[in-house]
Amino acid sequence: MKTGIVVFPGTWSDRDVAWVIQDVLGHPVEYLWHKDTNLKGCDFVVLPGGFSFGDYLRPGAIARLSPIIESIVEFADKGGIVLGICNGFQILLECGLLPGALLPNASLEYRCQDVFLLVEQDRTAFTCQCKRGQVLRIPISHGEGNYYADPDTFNQLERSKRIVFRYCTSEGEVKPEANPNGSLSNIAGIINEAGNVLGMMPHPERCGEEILGSTDGLYIFRSVLETLKANGK
Amino acid sequence: MVSDKDLKEVALTRAEYQKIHELLGREPTKLELGIFGVLWSEHCSYKSSKPLLRVLPTESNKVVIGIGENAGVIDLGTGYCIVFKIESHNHPSAVEPYQGAATGVGGILRDVMSMGARPIAILDSLRFGPTSHARSQYLFDQVVAGVGGYGNPFGCPTVGGEIYFEDCYKENPLVNVTCVGIAKTDRIIRGKAYGQDNPVLLVGASTGRDGLHGASFASVELDQEQQARRPAVQIADPFMEKCLLEALSEVIDLHYNDIIGVQDLGAAGLTSSCAEMAHRGGSGIEIEVTKVPQRDVGMTPYEIMLSESQERMLLVVRRGSESQICEHFNKWGLHCSEIGKVTDDGYLTIKEYGRLVTRLRLDDLLDSVPIRSYEAAPKTEVVAHDIELAKIEDVEEASDALLTLLRSDDLRSKRYVFRRYDHQVGINTVIKPGGDAAVLRIKETGQGIAVTTDGNGRYCFLDPYVGAQIAVCEAFRNIVATGSVPIGVTDCLNFGNPENPKVYAQMQLVIAGIAEALRWFQVPVVSGNVSLYNDTGDRPIFPTPVIGAVGLLDDVTKAIGIGFIEEDSYVFMCGETRNELGGSAYLKYIHGLIAGRPPSVDLIEERAAHKFILDLASRGLLLSCHDISDGGLLVALAECCITSGLGVWCPEVHAYPGLRKDALYFGESQGRFIFTCRPRSVPTVQSVANSYHVNITLLGMVRGDRMVIGDDVNLSIKEIAKAYDPTLNV
Repeated sequence: MKTGIVVFPGTWSDRDVAWVIQDVLGHPVEYLWHKDTNLKGCDFVVLPGGFSFGDYLRPGAIARLSPIIESIVEFADKGGIVLGICNGFQILLECGLLPGALLPNASLEYRCQDVFLLVEQDRTAFTCQCKRGQVLRIPISHGEGNYYADPDTFNQLERSKRIVFRYCTSEGEVKPEANPNGSLSNIAGIINEAGNVLGMMPHPERCGEEILGSTDGLYIFRSVLETLKANGK
Repeated sequence: MVSDKDLKEVALTRAEYQKIHELLGREPTKLELGIFGVLWSEHCSYKSSKPLLRVLPTESNKVVIGIGENAGVIDLGTGYCIVFKIESHNHPSAVEPYQGAATGVGGILRDVMSMGARPIAILDSLRFGPTSHARSQYLFDQVVAGVGGYGNPFGCPTVGGEIYFEDCYKENPLVNVTCVGIAKTDRIIRGKAYGQDNPVLLVGASTGRDGLHGASFASVELDQEQQARRPAVQIADPFMEKCLLEALSEVIDLHYNDIIGVQDLGAAGLTSSCAEMAHRGGSGIEIEVTKVPQRDVGMTPYEIMLSESQERMLLVVRRGSESQICEHFNKWGLHCSEIGKVTDDGYLTIKEYGRLVTRLRLDDLLDSVPIRSYEAAPKTEVVAHDIELAKIEDVEEASDALLTLLRSDDLRSKRYVFRRYDHQVGINTVIKPGGDAAVLRIKETGQGIAVTTDGNGRYCFLDPYVGAQIAVCEAFRNIVATGSVPIGVTDCLNFGNPENPKVYAQMQLVIAGIAEALRWFQVPVVSGNVSLYNDTGDRPIFPTPVIGAVGLLDDVTKAIGIGFIEEDSYVFMCGETRNELGGSAYLKYIHGLIAGRPPSVDLIEERAAHKFILDLASRGLLLSCHDISDGGLLVALAECCITSGLGVWCPEVHAYPGLRKDALYFGESQGRFIFTCRPRSVPTVQSVANSYHVNITLLGMVRGDRMVIGDDVNLSIKEIAKAYDPTLNV
């Protein structure tokens, strides 16, 4: 199974994601240049973090116009697994694969720190190695991670169990003080209806090794790799 | 005859003008005067500091490239090198703090990139007026936003630095930024131009009218008129620079042998990069200004040559490879234009539409600046008197004093600052900001790099020579506390107007102090920066040398942090505590005094303590280690507790007769560390200490969740953590 990592001008988590998948977990990766349209036979596509096109205009707004996006939408429509991390999440919202928007942090400041995530759904391709109610410690690094959706969309997300991660305390309580950016209902990550596209603000690739203080990020990558394996990839 | 006003605009003196006249044998044109102005500015030529800097040691067997290039290079012995440099952006930040700080970060990143390295760490060393002063608070907030506003989108982690607040920086804040990069040893690039007819490529952003006279601007005092010179500050585009990095990386990977030299365009723009590259390469250079991609219409050769538009670099490549090389820059959406060629005549030649505009000898531009020397005040005028300790009441409530210090602007946790910086991108940050030095792993080799910046302006104000030695000692203590060996230094020397005899004396003493300390440790300076004219009106800033130090750890998994690790481990202090309170944070915050002599430095003792700690680290006996500096013993112990959440129990801290309690608890005597080890290691630790003639004192044990110091302090970690970091959710 092969992981494709999309590179836009201004992307900077591409190498970090590649390191975790290739060097830590031992699976092949392929960089996908934003101007290409060929996904090179990848079974899993990651839209990594960064500031694609400098985040000018609005994060993700220019990236979604890149040729590769059309191929990714097609791939996702056919059930391909797509993970958007941070800027990747912003791009998934801009290109309509996920609903809602990410606003500037309520503090109006950039935030780079560890946060705790409550795993609310464990029957997804991205969390099947976790248990519902499990708490993961994963860093965030963003200036615009304040998730917003209109009440109808939010209710729909809630009803269809598509809120996968919420910011919580170390004990797993979802409280306002555990919310680093003002996100609606502490939302940190959501999934599409079909369950194959996940967007999340925290950076799982930053906590894949003991030496970096946590390996909780591996749960997410391992979940995807196991899902692919189960699907015969 | 040129007017005084014209000379002021290019920051040249009448005598310098006459020298130019003499070299040319005629009146310089306006363009020529502008070119001489920037290249002979303090910023580019170091005309005031050069003779003083000669005393700094610059060699070691690990130095690959030292002073004089875009950044220093030190060999890690594993096929990789680290490349690093510090630079100031004080004046631009005083005028336009966000852009000033952001372009400061951009400039130093390019310096490191131009050597062929990939930046892996940024450190920012900042000084402001007190936060109670509204403009200082504004400058502080905007500078922090600017540092993050560049480093975050660029994708290089900001992993360290320091921030201090004193009245003297109210209108002249200091913004010193260090960048550390990594490169393959056989892929290092120099800033040289040679090989007749080789093309000169300008890559990156287009050239606009921004930043004219930035170098000259940095070389005079700030006054009301200067404050109005916002156009001298450039606008940052970190996205463009990120693309520049990726394009340049591709070129280095695929066309290394076609690269002759690379240099970033910083102060004095095209003028200095062209002249310096050709001069280093012993060649000449010819530029056709109309080939320069321009952002604005009707730009004159003067504006094109002196523009300081950001995110540009100059490449000299082998003739024939230029189109292939340009493809990489174009792929990343960047300009790549052949704007001239290398010649062999030793001249900087500027043409417009093929017509000669000027031709200047490189030796005249770069080697003929008249060195300035100034009168220095006698040493006694720049060294403070010692305080009479007898007149200062000893501390009664140590707990209260500790909490006051932990809450103070200077000592409180800087988490509220570094959480605004991405300090993890690149997934190399093994020891995060907030400890002694940050430690980054080198993925390719398993080694670790410890990085820190340190400099105590208060000490240097009170005694420039000793204060400068302390800056070196403290930087190295921070490196050593992580288990790393210091291997190189970059220094940023911030002073007032050198024409002031006291300031000149401070410069002499600070540089001599740094040199003396470095010689003892046998660590070289490989790059640096001098920033003068940091005063407002007739008040100079405290002399503020900032030492950026880099250390090497053979095995990054052995990196040591400051936080306690294990219950029931023993807590030791190594080094001597003396009745030293001069210049301390305790005097400043508890008694409202900036007075006395800074703590004494004994370089033999200091070095022995470092060797002792490194020996323990290499034997695997250290569980945690923290250097004792600002705020003294109790503040250091509090930091060990807060970082780990583990308490410390010290039934009684032994003091020799006559040692004041405040000096014991809050004095800043040098050469000291707090470290912890397992009880069974104690005999070995003691014998290692004996072998280095280092005194160690058992303070107590790691225990519970309170900080207990005899009968004087009994506080919960929650309490001290809340004081130290009010933004913490405890």
